[in-house]
Amino acid sequence: MLLPYFQWFETSAMGELIKNSSWAFAVIESIHLLALAVIGGAVLMLDLRLLGFGLKRQSIPDVAREAWPWLVASLIVMLLTGFALFVSEATKCYYSTPFWVKMTSLALAIAFTFTVRRKVSLTEDGRVRPALLKLVALVSLTLWFGVGAGGRWIGFSG
Amino acid sequence: MSLLPFCEWLASTRGSIALHESLYMYPLVESVHVLTLCLFVGMSVMLDVRLLGIALRRVPVSEIIDRLVPWMVAGFVVMVVTGVLLFYAIPIRSYQNIFFRLKLIALVLAGLNAWTFHSGIHRRVGEWDFDTKPPKRARVAGAASLALWAVIIVCGRMIAYNWFDCDMPQRPLVKWAAGCVEKPR
Repeated sequence: MLLPYFQWFETSAMGELIKNSSWAFAVIESIHLLALAVIGGAVLMLDLRLLGFGLKRQSIPDVAREAWPWLVASLIVMLLTGFALFVSEATKCYYSTPFWVKMTSLALAIAFTFTVRRKVSLTEDGRVRPALLKLVALVSLTLWFGVGAGGRWIGFSG
Repeated sequence: MSLLPFCEWLASTRGSIALHESLYMYPLVESVHVLTLCLFVGMSVMLDVRLLGIALRRVPVSEIIDRLVPWMVAGFVVMVVTGVLLFYAIPIRSYQNIFFRLKLIALVLAGLNAWTFHSGIHRRVGEWDFDTKPPKRARVAGAASLALWAVIIVCGRMIAYNWFDCDMPQRPLVKWAAGCVEKPR
C-alpha cells in the first residue's frame, strides 16, 4: 500500500541527489552518528538518574530540565538526517524488517518521551514512587535501544 | 618498520577468519561498538558542555566527574574491546585505511587532552567547582574533547568506505598515507 510513496521518495530530486553522490550518504550518516552521541547522552543522563544512578545529588526535575534542550535539538538533527538517508534508499527500507522495527520504536519512543517520561521527570521529587520512576526509565531505554539497534541493522540487511 | 607482516599474520589466524566470515558475530560486535557510543561519548559530551559553561551550570564540575566518569569508563572499556575485535576481524584493510589511521591519531590526541586536563586544571577543581564559566584551560579541554571525539566518530564511520583503499587506483600521497605496498607480480 505504501510502496508507491516510498518509490516516489527515492525518485524525487533529493533522493536522486543523495543516491548519485559518492559522498553525500556518508556525510549525512556521519552527522546522524554525531547526533546519536548527543541524544544518547541526553537520554541516558536522565534515565540513569531515574534509576538512581548518575547525578544523584541533583533533583530529577533539574536533570530533566538540563537534558531536555539537548534531547530535542539532537532529535531534530536525527530526524532531518534520518529522513535524508531514508529518501535515498526508500525502496530498500520498505522491504527491510529492521526499518519497520526502528520506525515503530521511534514513534513509541517519541510519544513516551514527550508525554509520560516528561511529566513524571518534571514532577517534584518524592511525589512519584521510585518503582514508577525506574519503570519509566526502563521503558525509555528499551524503546530507544530498539531505535538504535533497528537503525544499525538496516545497514546489515539486504 | 611496518606492522603489515603482523597484520598479515593476524588475518591468517583462525579466530580472525571466523569473526570475519561469521554471519551474526561481526554485525553484533559492530552494533555494540556503535551503540556504546551513546554511553561513552554521550556522557563525555555532557561533561564537555559543562566544562564549556554551556549546560549543567548549576551542577558542580566535581560532581559530574565523580558521578558520570565511572559510566564513561565502563563505556570506554566496551568500546576498546569491541574495537579491538573489529580490527582483529579485518586487520590488513584496517591497517591500510587512511580513516583508521586518522582515528588512531585522534584517539591518542584525545587521550593526551584528557590526561592534560586531569593532571592540570582538574587538580584545582575545588577553586572553580561552582563557576558557571570554568577557567580557560578547562574550557579549552572541553572544546578539544568535543572536536576530537567528533573526528573519531566520523573517521570510524568512514573506515567502511573504500574510496582510499590500496586495491583501487590512488594518488601517491594517498598510497603513502595508507601505507600501500606494491605487490610483486
